[in-house]
Order: sequence, then structure tokens, then C-alpha cells
Amino acid sequence: MSGLKDAAHLFRFAGLFVIAFLVFLLIRGHVVPKTFGEYGHYRGAAIAGVAAHPVQFAGHQACEACHTDIADTKTKGKHAHVNCEACHGALAVHSDDPASVTPAKPDTAVLCARCHTASAAKPKGFPQVDPADHSGGVPCQTCHNPHSPAIGADAGTGNAAGGAK
Amino acid sequence: MNITRRHLMILLPAAAVAWEHVLAGTPETSPNYQMSEHWWGMLVDIPKCIGCGNCVRACQTENDVPDGFFRTWVERYHVDDWHMTTPEVISPDGGKEGFPVAKEDEGKYFFVPKLCNHCADSPCTQVCPVGATFISPDGVVLVDQTYCLGCAYCVQACPYGCRYLHPKKHVADKCTLCYHRITKGLTTACCEACPTGARQLADLKNPNDPIHEFLRTHAVQVLKPQMATGAKVYYDGLDGSVR
Repeated sequence: MSGLKDAAHLFRFAGLFVIAFLVFLLIRGHVVPKTFGEYGHYRGAAIAGVAAHPVQFAGHQACEACHTDIADTKTKGKHAHVNCEACHGALAVHSDDPASVTPAKPDTAVLCARCHTASAAKPKGFPQVDPADHSGGVPCQTCHNPHSPAIGADAGTGNAAGGAK
Repeated sequence: MNITRRHLMILLPAAAVAWEHVLAGTPETSPNYQMSEHWWGMLVDIPKCIGCGNCVRACQTENDVPDGFFRTWVERYHVDDWHMTTPEVISPDGGKEGFPVAKEDEGKYFFVPKLCNHCADSPCTQVCPVGATFISPDGVVLVDQTYCLGCAYCVQACPYGCRYLHPKKHVADKCTLCYHRITKGLTTACCEACPTGARQLADLKNPNDPIHEFLRTHAVQVLKPQMATGAKVYYDGLDGSVR
């Protein structure tokens, strides 16, 4: 078997290759995240990571669970499809802890104008006014109930009615 | 029990492995959400958009979007009769605080809310060299920010300009279609805040979603259909001048 004996240096070389391959597998096993390739060429756990972001807008269902009176007023009026947080802002902090977080009432002068200021750019059927001309600085809720804005519909309270009972 | 050096040498690596497992943790998951049952998109009803900017503000609040960067924004188009293919487009601060009042003028005006189109064949995910951005099994294009290198290939690849490098984190950032909300049964922040229903979240795999009826009965369009991106943000009433 003198032929194999002469080839010993080749076996040593092959052995080195095997060791290098094992080292490669070892390092790869360590640096490639466990969930990589679970769904595709990315880290599967990243999906749950993105989904773990905290929620700021509670959603109108959460509001309506307690504020049933406002929800009733709203369904009858023209703002039926305007969600609560469209005007009141993100209030998940309030819905998570209603007792200690009291949301501030929005300023109707800013709020109503944001949508209802007349502009040729807005869709023609959308109700629009020139705020200065329309009310002369009188706050909107003096005449309109923001939750049901048509005058006579549910107005005359002089204020945005309601709050949790 | 006496711990000998030999025991310690065996215990230490085991403890290290266990501790690593604890640190990795398991992120909070939604118990009843099945990724295979959803295929998300959005409907934008242009004739309903009044350009109030509620969606832009809501997105910034919900997702901590830095000032001057936008995951969604609103553009106002002004197309006059003599320049049908060269509209005047403005988007002051992404339309966050609304738009200047337009006087009665010739031509037409309309607002176009924009966001990531969550393309089914998205160019942005294809160019990522490390697999840090991907289409989730439920059709949302997401970024793994712990894996992203910040090379910005994806920012260049997006034909809609919907990505940016986060100025603090130095990684790619974009609309997640409020993935943390839709997996909990809520709608996106922009849809929640839209006062006119111009934006509606759509689950294309849900046979009861009103999107199917809408797509059947309306002439809808996606942005840049010639790019064959498989965009899933459907626009109703989209003008031909919109790019």
C-alpha cells in the first residue's frame, strides 16, 4: 500500500477541508438567526416584532363601549361615519386607563375649520364655509353640536354634550 | 451541594445559553390571528378626500414618524385644461396641516393620498442584500429594523418614493399598514382618523370584505401599473395626470 502512504499529504489536506467546513457550519449556526427562513429569506420573528408596536389610536369600538350616549347621537347625524379619534386624537391611553387620563376637549375653531374651510380644491358636495364670514369668530359649537352638526338635529345644548356616565 | 470547579465549568455555558434564550424572548403575538387567512391592501376613494391631513398626523402619532418624513402623505393636484399632462402638484409638509385655500380657478383640483402600495411583486424587497425587508405571508411589506444595514437600496428601488432612512435609527423605515393594529382586529391609524372614509383597509382574502363589491362595481386603478409591481392600494377616481 505504498501508493496510499505516498498520498498521506492529500488526506491531511482533505482533513483540513473537512475541519474548515465544520467550522463554517458552526459559525453559520451561530450568526444566522434561528427563525431566518421560516417563511422566506428573512427573519420570521421580525413579523411578531413589528406587530408588537404599541397602539395609540384605540379605535371607535373602544370609545363606543363606554360613550354610548355620544354614539347614539352620532349615528343619527351627519358625522355618523366620522370616527371619534378623527377629531379627539389618539386616545388609547384614555381607553386603557379611563380613570386617570382625561382627554382635553378639542378646540372647535381649529378642528372644524380643518375640514370645513371652503376651498375650490375640495369636492363640490362637501359642506364648506368661510369661517370668518360664517360665524364671525363665534365658536362653532354655539350653534352646532359637533356630534350631530345639523342645526335643529340635536343642537341647542350650547356645548358638546356628553362624557362617560 | 458543593460546586466544584468541574461543575462550574459545565454549568456556566449552560447558564449562558439559557440566559441568551431569556434575552431573546418571544415578542407578543395575537392569539387568534392567522397570517394565511389575510391578504391586505387598501382602497383610496379620491372623490371623497378633502385634504384635511388627518391621516398624515394620525400616522405620525401612531408610528412615531420623525418630522419631515412621511409614511403617508397627501398631494394636491391642479390640472388645467391646457396642461393635462403637466399638473401642478403641491404637498406642503406632506399635507399634514392641510392645504392653502384654492380660489375658484379654471381646471380641476383633487387630492391624492399616498402610502406604501404593499406590492405583491415589490421592487424594494427584491433588492435587499441581507433579507431585512420582505413581504409577510399576509401581504404586507415590512422592514426588519434589527437586521437592516441602512444601505438604502430599497429607498432607491421603490417607484413610489414610499421609503426613507430613519434619521436616528439609520435604517429603512416605511408604512407597515399598521401591522400592529390590523393583526389585533383594528383598522390602520390613517383609516381610523379619516373623516370621510376616503381610505379603507381591505382584506382581499376575506370574502365578506366590501372591497370585492367595490372592485366589481367601480373603475379602479393602481399607481404606475406599467411597473407591474402588483400594487395593492387601489384608487377610485384616479386622474390620468397622477404619477
